Amino acid sequence: MTAAERDRTTAIETIGLVRTFGNVTAVDHLDLSVNQGELFSLLGPNGAGKTTTIKMLCCLTRPTGGTATVMGQDIQADALSVKAMIAVSPQETAVAGNLNAWENLELMAGLHGFGRREARVRSGELLELMGLTERAKDRVKKYSGGMKRRLSIAMALVSDPQVLFLDEPTLGLDPQSRRAIWEYIETLKGDKTILLTTHYLDEADALADRIAIIDDGKIVALGTAAELKDSISDGEPMVVEAAGLTGADLDALSQEYSDVRPIEGGVEIRADEVTLYDIQDVLRPRGVIVQATYRRPVTLDDVFLHFTGRQLRE
Amino acid sequence: MRSLALAKRSFTEVWRDPLSLALTIGLPAALLLVFQAFGRFDDIYKPASLTPGIVLFGFVMLMFSLAMTLSRDRETTLFARLLTAPLRSNEFVTAYSLPYVPVAIIQALALFAIGAALGMEIRGNVGLVALILVVTAIFYIGLGMIVGSVFSYKTVPFAYMAILLLTIFGGAWMNLEAIGGAFQVVGDIFPFAHALDATRAVIVDGSDFAAIASDFYWVVGYTVATVVLAIYLFKRQMID
Repeated sequence: MTAAERDRTTAIETIGLVRTFGNVTAVDHLDLSVNQGELFSLLGPNGAGKTTTIKMLCCLTRPTGGTATVMGQDIQADALSVKAMIAVSPQETAVAGNLNAWENLELMAGLHGFGRREARVRSGELLELMGLTERAKDRVKKYSGGMKRRLSIAMALVSDPQVLFLDEPTLGLDPQSRRAIWEYIETLKGDKTILLTTHYLDEADALADRIAIIDDGKIVALGTAAELKDSISDGEPMVVEAAGLTGADLDALSQEYSDVRPIEGGVEIRADEVTLYDIQDVLRPRGVIVQATYRRPVTLDDVFLHFTGRQLRE
Repeated sequence: MRSLALAKRSFTEVWRDPLSLALTIGLPAALLLVFQAFGRFDDIYKPASLTPGIVLFGFVMLMFSLAMTLSRDRETTLFARLLTAPLRSNEFVTAYSLPYVPVAIIQALALFAIGAALGMEIRGNVGLVALILVVTAIFYIGLGMIVGSVFSYKTVPFAYMAILLLTIFGGAWMNLEAIGGAFQVVGDIFPFAHALDATRAVIVDGSDFAAIASDFYWVVGYTVATVVLAIYLFKRQMID
């Protein structure tokens, strides 16, 4: 691919992007390329460097090293051009509480240069889409958390950005609100380039075209959800249902298998060559009755564990 | 155009807080009514001298209100979202400041109306009085932007107290010449005393521009420096 072709298809590109805060390296030589129209997810625990990456790409935080472009524009040299093409829905609901939903949306549209009439039309469409029309004239400080989050996303969309940054868009929301926001994000796929950060595995799994697993500021794995799951050589973990397992029982299993993890009502073993009989051989002499064993599908949590040595929520 | 969208938001928030708005005009008006009773003891408390001092006190309150709005915004993610909009620092400063200009004008007009009702006469050019006070209002609004950019929401009141004291010791409602000494030296360094001297000279003595030019330029100098510093400080916080 030529450089010109790459520019046409690449929406976001970072080369060796670094950001340090004192002795802490929040983002550590990040190399990333997001295609136009792609929904790309940065998946990682709190403090992994996701939000710092977004802040740098939105020109709010200065990189310590490396370069980055958004739609071909350098984030440092052409910050105003970058800002004209992007919108962000920050992690916390970034809304003006003393204004109503109309006013919040028209504020963001106006800041991006939309005229009054166009801002009104776009705001109306988004209020309808987000199910906020009935409460649109109420002051936003009276809204529920889910309503504020929907409005916050609408505020990012009202300026019709080419690149949309969604930083933990469903953090702290109830399942119903999360589902509604997922459905809406689905409708944007292909039309907008979306960089979504999340520490919810199911969110990245359900929405993202590609996922970068980020830990300690570094990308440790990159690919589609299926590619990432297939990349684990351990295969599907075996779930062993056995009540009353003691620490000594787990130690006994650990002597046979390198990766043994206690779970509620049993234990999980990650090993290719393991059967029910092998496990019974270890546990039966110890008086433990194995109720069931089965292989469960690989999840992104397994992928995260595989590449980082710990679970996402540890 | 883009600045106006944000200015509209600030304006709406100001007008949706009627209590603060009433205080912004009501408190200086009350002070004007109380202090004028002391007019028989010192000329400084007579309406013609007192009214400009009380107008400046009103500007200090506006400065406080703006500084609180900006410092509160800075602590929210809404501010980060606003900063992702394609605006330059001078446009942001304009957007935050603009709504306070009409409030300052309404406030000054209300206080001058009360002053006139109490017997104040403007002997000099009314337009000149307006010019001095508009420049002074911009100076205080610029101060509000600086304080709001530098201080946290919790520490803005300390900066407010400092500026209020400087305004009072600049002669808002005390006779700087009568106190003299270090107070007068310090008072003459800052623009507060110069703004008051110029305004009072036009109102009380009917002075023309030539007579107040040095005081006026002193205030203009501070105003320009304040606005430039406000833009610089805002720009500094647009990226960390």
